[in-house]
Amino acid sequence: MFYREAGQFKATYEEDSRIFPIRQDRIVFAFILAFAFLGVPLLASLGIVSNYTFTAILTPFLIFSLAALGLNILTGYAGQLSLGTAAFMAVGAFASYNFMLRIEGMPILVAFMLGGLCAAAVGIVFGLPSLRIRGFYLAAATLATQFFIVWCLTKVGWFTNYSSSGVISAQKIVILGYTFQSSMSKYLFVLAVVSVMALLAKNMVRSNIGRSWMAIRDMDMAAEVIGFRPIRTKLMAFAVSSFYCGVAGALFAYAYLGTVEPEGFNLDLSFRILFMVIIGGAGSILGSFLGAAFIVLLPIYLNVLLNFTEAATGIDLPSGLSSSVELMVFGSLIIFFLIVEPHGLARLWQIGKEKLRLWPFPH
Amino acid sequence: MQFFFEVLIAGLLSGVMYSLVALGYVLIYKASGVFNFAQGAMVFFAALTAVGLHDLGLSLWVAVPLTMAVMVVLGLVTERIVLRPLVAQPEITLFMATIGLSFFIEGLAQAIWGANVRGLDLGIDDVPLEWLLDHANMAISQFDLIAAAIAAAMVAALAIFFSKTKIGRALRAVADDHQAALSVGIPLHHVWGVVWAVAGFVALVSGLLWGARNGVQFSLTFLALKALPVLILGGFTSVPGAIVGGLIIGASEKLAEVFLGPYVGGGIDGWFPYVLALLFLLVRPEGLFGEKIIRRI
Repeated sequence: MFYREAGQFKATYEEDSRIFPIRQDRIVFAFILAFAFLGVPLLASLGIVSNYTFTAILTPFLIFSLAALGLNILTGYAGQLSLGTAAFMAVGAFASYNFMLRIEGMPILVAFMLGGLCAAAVGIVFGLPSLRIRGFYLAAATLATQFFIVWCLTKVGWFTNYSSSGVISAQKIVILGYTFQSSMSKYLFVLAVVSVMALLAKNMVRSNIGRSWMAIRDMDMAAEVIGFRPIRTKLMAFAVSSFYCGVAGALFAYAYLGTVEPEGFNLDLSFRILFMVIIGGAGSILGSFLGAAFIVLLPIYLNVLLNFTEAATGIDLPSGLSSSVELMVFGSLIIFFLIVEPHGLARLWQIGKEKLRLWPFPH
Repeated sequence: MQFFFEVLIAGLLSGVMYSLVALGYVLIYKASGVFNFAQGAMVFFAALTAVGLHDLGLSLWVAVPLTMAVMVVLGLVTERIVLRPLVAQPEITLFMATIGLSFFIEGLAQAIWGANVRGLDLGIDDVPLEWLLDHANMAISQFDLIAAAIAAAMVAALAIFFSKTKIGRALRAVADDHQAALSVGIPLHHVWGVVWAVAGFVALVSGLLWGARNGVQFSLTFLALKALPVLILGGFTSVPGAIVGGLIIGASEKLAEVFLGPYVGGGIDGWFPYVLALLFLLVRPEGLFGEKIIRRI
């Protein structure tokens, strides 16, 4: 009823190959974009959206979405499980930092690109084993990336500009003389970067390269036999995925935290991003965003809930409990999603659309 | 040279401890084809439960069997709630489910027992063995030797269990082919329950040994991650592989740290095993003793 595509004909090839072939999708998506770019700042100027919302929810949500998108390309589309996402983010962040630091007048966007490219190069190197091994052997091997990169960034002083504590302070984000200082401007900056990269990713997975990734994922031997080159395809997946993670890492340092240390990109962060992909839906661009939103919001709501129970029952819960409960909830949600809905939140959205199409009739 | 051997032996002995953790992975992988990422969390949970009960005033002789019972229940519940609904899913899905499981168990352990570091005293002193110190002038920890002996005894017991007992043979049959095992009347779920219980037992032993050594704390779960390169080296399906892999990893890690570490700033034992395993995988993707991977379309 609300979501009927009857009567929408595709008359040209362009119409057939557009990203959102259904009019309702286009309207909804345009509305979301308009809201994110215009509505949110408007609400902020009216005082409805607070600074806290920008710094603690919206900006990290977008950055994690980008990282999850990167991992989703590798794990969801190309089928190569990786536990080293945070390491690639670290490479992106520290490479961007060094490009900004060491080259006079380096434009920040170029530094981000170069940081992403460095991450891609590292990704290719550590993706080489994927040519021989698969599945969780590969997952165990990607742990090497995680530990080696973080160690390297900690031990080699040059990367952190010989800062004694290993902590770097990201430079200001300046584009064409405008300094992105306020939390809202940083949010808009991140939003713009993420939108462009998500658009690129969406087109990539619909095109030749994306299809070859999926072929490799579904059955690599068969894909090889029908003529996909596994070396090129897999390494491409590693490179593109690492590029996305690298840019996400740079944003993480520049637009979110401001000061970062290598230890901040630990295994825990890698797992967190993997969970976003699983909960959001492996092999779905939308899923990366849904998963990131879920994982960013979950601890906040959990804390509220715990505080509420504390206030309601009058029992003083031990302070460490909320982080333990968070771990437990994370763990059970992962298992729950894998059992009940292996395709994640993105699939629930699909089912919702089906329901909307038929409503109010059962068939 | 003396020093070299001292480091080598210390490395080998700590390698035995890695093997012990790796054994838990191999058991479950052999029997059910599940790569149980939660083994590290189980080690942590077992050690914490044993210490927690001990701190409540129970003697170790009561606390350890009680923990064993808890681990068996945990294993059976895991099999029932997590694995049974996921039967016939791709391996990678099962793997991710066990990552979730490991988070859950870590959270559970800390929710019950708190996040503080707890000491565990098994009554074995971590002092150099005097006889060796006198005769060969080498400082080898007594604790390490006893731990190695316990590990060796466990491996022997498991080997006998697998090859001689009825349930052990059933386990091997299930590992070989789920469907064929089912068709000759082996109760699959029953067998899996047993495997998870045995893995819980292995986790308990390694948790106690590691816990007595480094204190029972959250970092135990990372120690368990070190078992992964051990598995890669040895092959996921081989008990002897887990032992040999553990020895190689333990020895090479210590040697690299002592002789290579000073040149690059130290702390390399955090990643050295992984990189070693990664390089090794490039040459032999199935590990030292793993079954040859045959892939068909």
